[in-house]
Amino acid sequence: MDYYNPEDLQRFAEVGEFNEDLMNKFFEYYNSATSRDGALTKREKALIALAVAHAEKCPYCIDAYTTQCLETGADPEQMTEAVHVAASMSAGVKLIHAIQMKNALRKNGAI
Amino acid sequence: MSRQTKTGRMPRKNVRSFSREVERRGLGTEPLTVKTLQANVTKLCNQACTHCHVDASPMRTEQMNLECVSRCLEILRENDCVENLDLTGGAPELNPHFDYFVTEAKKLGKHVMVRHNLTVTLDGNPRTGEEKTYLPRFFAENGVEVISSLPYYSEYFTDKQRGKGVFEKSVESLKMLNGEGYGRGEDLRLNLVYNPAGAFLPPGQRNLENDFKRKLKESHDITFNSLYVMTNMPINRFEKDLKRRNIYDSYIEKLINAFNPETVNGLMCRNMLSVGYDGKIYDCDFNQMLEMQALAEGEPLTVFNLELETVMKRKIKFGTHCFGCTAGSGSSCGGQTAS
Repeated sequence: MDYYNPEDLQRFAEVGEFNEDLMNKFFEYYNSATSRDGALTKREKALIALAVAHAEKCPYCIDAYTTQCLETGADPEQMTEAVHVAASMSAGVKLIHAIQMKNALRKNGAI
Repeated sequence: MSRQTKTGRMPRKNVRSFSREVERRGLGTEPLTVKTLQANVTKLCNQACTHCHVDASPMRTEQMNLECVSRCLEILRENDCVENLDLTGGAPELNPHFDYFVTEAKKLGKHVMVRHNLTVTLDGNPRTGEEKTYLPRFFAENGVEVISSLPYYSEYFTDKQRGKGVFEKSVESLKMLNGEGYGRGEDLRLNLVYNPAGAFLPPGQRNLENDFKRKLKESHDITFNSLYVMTNMPINRFEKDLKRRNIYDSYIEKLINAFNPETVNGLMCRNMLSVGYDGKIYDCDFNQMLEMQALAEGEPLTVFNLELETVMKRKIKFGTHCFGCTAGSGSSCGGQTAS
């Protein structure tokens, strides 16, 4: 059995089955934040969402925002750059913790 | 090939038919006028694009003959309401009567538009080797409106869809058009056409036009008037590609789910007639490729039996592909049809 079935994305609204009110509030917020031109264009938002989808490792979101990026005018070059932003941020987040390691090394008299 | 085969199967048993959809919503689809006569004068093309609904290529030989061209000109002369002649193909410039068609239509005071693929100027005729570098000046001298496909403002999507090296040649050809005064003002209009490089809907026209203008100016010092975005029609070469990738059903479903009733008023089939190379008349170029010939009073329409009064009473023929013109912000030969 696959944990991630692409068709399950269409069933997202089912999450509201036992608390429709909260799910409706989520959808309203989500759509307001992602689906309209604002200070950022829809394409810029789609590229951010694609980067977040990779950072969060969400296959549903990667499928959905690959299409959303294309349908807002992005090309594979821009999308790949967005993924590199996510990947380099993730790497940076890990690397900055090396200072914590150095602090600990120093505390132990190792350096 | 039978019409039934060419129009393709419906993707699922319960899929909505276009006619039923517009009827259910009480939307009018009767002809409004015939403002534009669109003539597909040849299926010969120097390119063989992956999305082409005409299946045009250097191998095709169909050409509109002089008798048919002359009859189209008579129709233009006899009917004041037909303001525009829209020449398409294939590469329409590869029809041997193309220059005559343009100059005679201009003498009649008609607005002439050419669906110009840009590269034909540099490639010439793939069958005869005839040069076509005179085209930008010819267009300018005759005040032709040039409408040219450019799938993206950079190389990758353009070459993926239209063939290796097409972006570079398109840039060179656009510079030649700019050099003749195209795309600098309203007198010589140069419009570009975007269509998606795959099975997805086109972006919003206004935002993408801004991107195209900025990028083409910055990178190549190219200017143009407007960008038209169009939806890929699931017929012929693009249909085969969708089926090969096993995504035909999901693409049709995407078009159907994106049905926008606000686009129905602007459906191009309500304002134009499409003429095939052999003189047969259709409601649009897509119906033409599906061999869905228009009927007036039960008779198949051609340029040789056309009377505008009866044409206006015809029932426009619809198929599943028509959802391509009503998806999202709509799609037509002039780009989006709804905001």
